[in-house]
Amino acid sequence: MSDLRVVPGDLVPPRRERRHLLSVEDLTRDDVDRLLATARSFAVSQERETKKLPTLRGRLVINLFYESSTRTSSSFELAAKRLSADTLNVKSAGSSVDKGESLKDTTLTLSSYDPDLIVVRHPEAGAAGVVAANTRARVVNAGDGKHQHPTQALLDLYTLREAFGRLDGLHIAIVGDVAHSRVARSLVQALRLVGSDAILVGPPTLVPDGLAPVSHDIAAIADADVIYVLRMQKERMLPGASFVPSLREYTARWGITPDRVGAGQRVMHPGPMNRGVELDPRVADSPASLIVDQVRAGLIVRMAVLYDLLTAGPVAVETAVGVA
Amino acid sequence: MLAGPIGRDDIVVRGARVLDPVEGIDAILDVRIDQGVIAQLGERLDTNEHRIIEAPGQTLVPAFVDPHVHLRTPGREDEETIASGTAAAAAGGYCAILAMPNTEPVVDDPETVRGLRTRAETEANVPVGFFAAITKGQAGEELAELGSLADAGAVGFTDDGRPVVAAGVMRRALQYNAITGRPIAVHCEEQTLTRGGHAHAGAVATELGIVGWPSLGESLMVARDVDLARDTDQHVHLMHLSARESVDHLRRARDLGVRATGEVTPHHLCLTDEAVRTLDPNKKMNPPLRTDDDRSALVDALREGTISAVATDHAPHSPEEKEVSFESAPFGVVGLETAFSALYTYLVEPGVLTLETVLERMSAGPATIFGLDRPRIAVGAPANVTLLDLAGSWRVRADRLRSRSQNSWLLGERLTGRVTLTIAAGRVAFE
Repeated sequence: MSDLRVVPGDLVPPRRERRHLLSVEDLTRDDVDRLLATARSFAVSQERETKKLPTLRGRLVINLFYESSTRTSSSFELAAKRLSADTLNVKSAGSSVDKGESLKDTTLTLSSYDPDLIVVRHPEAGAAGVVAANTRARVVNAGDGKHQHPTQALLDLYTLREAFGRLDGLHIAIVGDVAHSRVARSLVQALRLVGSDAILVGPPTLVPDGLAPVSHDIAAIADADVIYVLRMQKERMLPGASFVPSLREYTARWGITPDRVGAGQRVMHPGPMNRGVELDPRVADSPASLIVDQVRAGLIVRMAVLYDLLTAGPVAVETAVGVA
Repeated sequence: MLAGPIGRDDIVVRGARVLDPVEGIDAILDVRIDQGVIAQLGERLDTNEHRIIEAPGQTLVPAFVDPHVHLRTPGREDEETIASGTAAAAAGGYCAILAMPNTEPVVDDPETVRGLRTRAETEANVPVGFFAAITKGQAGEELAELGSLADAGAVGFTDDGRPVVAAGVMRRALQYNAITGRPIAVHCEEQTLTRGGHAHAGAVATELGIVGWPSLGESLMVARDVDLARDTDQHVHLMHLSARESVDHLRRARDLGVRATGEVTPHHLCLTDEAVRTLDPNKKMNPPLRTDDDRSALVDALREGTISAVATDHAPHSPEEKEVSFESAPFGVVGLETAFSALYTYLVEPGVLTLETVLERMSAGPATIFGLDRPRIAVGAPANVTLLDLAGSWRVRADRLRSRSQNSWLLGERLTGRVTLTIAAGRVAFE
């Protein structure tokens, strides 16, 4: 299924330890190829009548969510269940977090159940690193503040490869509130890793310099293979900050309407979308849209990440060393 | 204006390189201290019954003065006390420190100042000067009783931790403060530009997805405050400067004859915002670490004297406050015990600054700004001297720090240049 071969050259010097998936920076190109190949094999398994695989039977996966989430939390939970792992879902609301328990203490408490892997979503950058520093479990960052969301980037790569048959040489226009988007940060890094490139398009107050080329003119999306639309994250804006004068003006200038989508262009969105704000419903529901494919990819890519961290990688290497 | 122990130690330090750049001394000499006062410099001095400290190969320098320390007393004695903070200061080679008033409660009434000074007389390891607030409760609205606070022994005034937001209030404070002659020290931050910011607004913060705290957030307030000092012809001291633009404003003001002085921290002189990439809460400071261009502007300003003092902004925080995500963590790092070694390792050894410049800016520079007697190696001066082993190296370890808090940006790092002895106000405070 996945590439578990270990050639002697890989062992000296030892491979970089890869116990966690905290950032796209943790990944090599080989990692991406292996994860996407694994995901594809799981896609086949998901077409069978019995979708559950025994691979992670007896393992415990904890989903620790400090932010509201629908697709990420449900897809991680389902991914673990489809691989027969036990799952435990902890949400900040209604838990001891409500009573003021620190992230460190919550991590220590949950770690006493000997989980094999903790999936964490948190509103602050670096929170997944705090969890990783306080547990022996492997940690997957399911979004920390505006910092990183590596499994989203992987599922987007998977979606791109299925749609275009390749990952290199693609040109992606990322449109909208880049400043407040961990999705955009992770995706820009991931695209660079696989040999594609991005342009960031949106209002000057919401598109920072330094990540990728920038345009404030929506016309810049014209030559993109994919228009990747970001959610206008109202809840992330500080009171009175006035990043844009109004949603109406935003939509008029940067909203993705049918007339702005060219022939052959595909449209993606990480969800949840504000229909009629950043994305016109006629586009969202058109054949150009890959949004449903993204959600589907979310499940199998997260299965691949769980599988890879808990069975391949260092474990396989250690085993191989023992045999050698 | 300082409160603390005064010693009458009899000591002869033998065979050290005696280096006092302000006095113009750089020679291998013996130094005899009688009853806590430097009595004689020379070769092969008579040691009488004095304690003898053999120091060949080491360097004896004027002890350091830190104009910016958070002793967390009253209110957060779990993080630092007068005793532990001054023990850390002595271990760092300091003979005097000035404590910030943003405690719980704020030091804004004369009784609190008197109480702290009384406690320092018995609890401190080195003399301490206490700042009082500029405004009541540091709320930026009503002036504190600057005259009575000065009479009670306040060394100066500051609302450190926050700016005096209203220019009108700041102008009144400067005008009224003419009656005390004690400096007003300002934390320059335009909060509408820095709100929510956790790191310098630049490439690193953008890549990490952290809200930025821009240079303009500091320099705009620096420009305002030097203009207010110019308008009122009063002294304003700019604390912990971090940005090139701020240095430019200060330099221009000083060229115009404005009574403005500045300080800079070791971490702003040694690190850039690249250090933030690991999201280590011990690299989170206010103002934030900035770019290498800013860092080199600060180094240049310190060398030329536009900035005339190194200040640690020693800010102890408990482990539970710092063992959190970068964005949740409070600003600030401890620095008393590592300041000299950090500057020696990062700037003197590579040849960026001379040892003489660093020594002057850590001792005579800050003393002069605050009207304190400068530590000096001269006959008749109180013994405020530090012995340095410049070749010695050491590793910064949390369990070896004398501060009650361990939030150092240097944990685990090996530094060159060790403080081996500190004599403060005529008394051995550290060895």
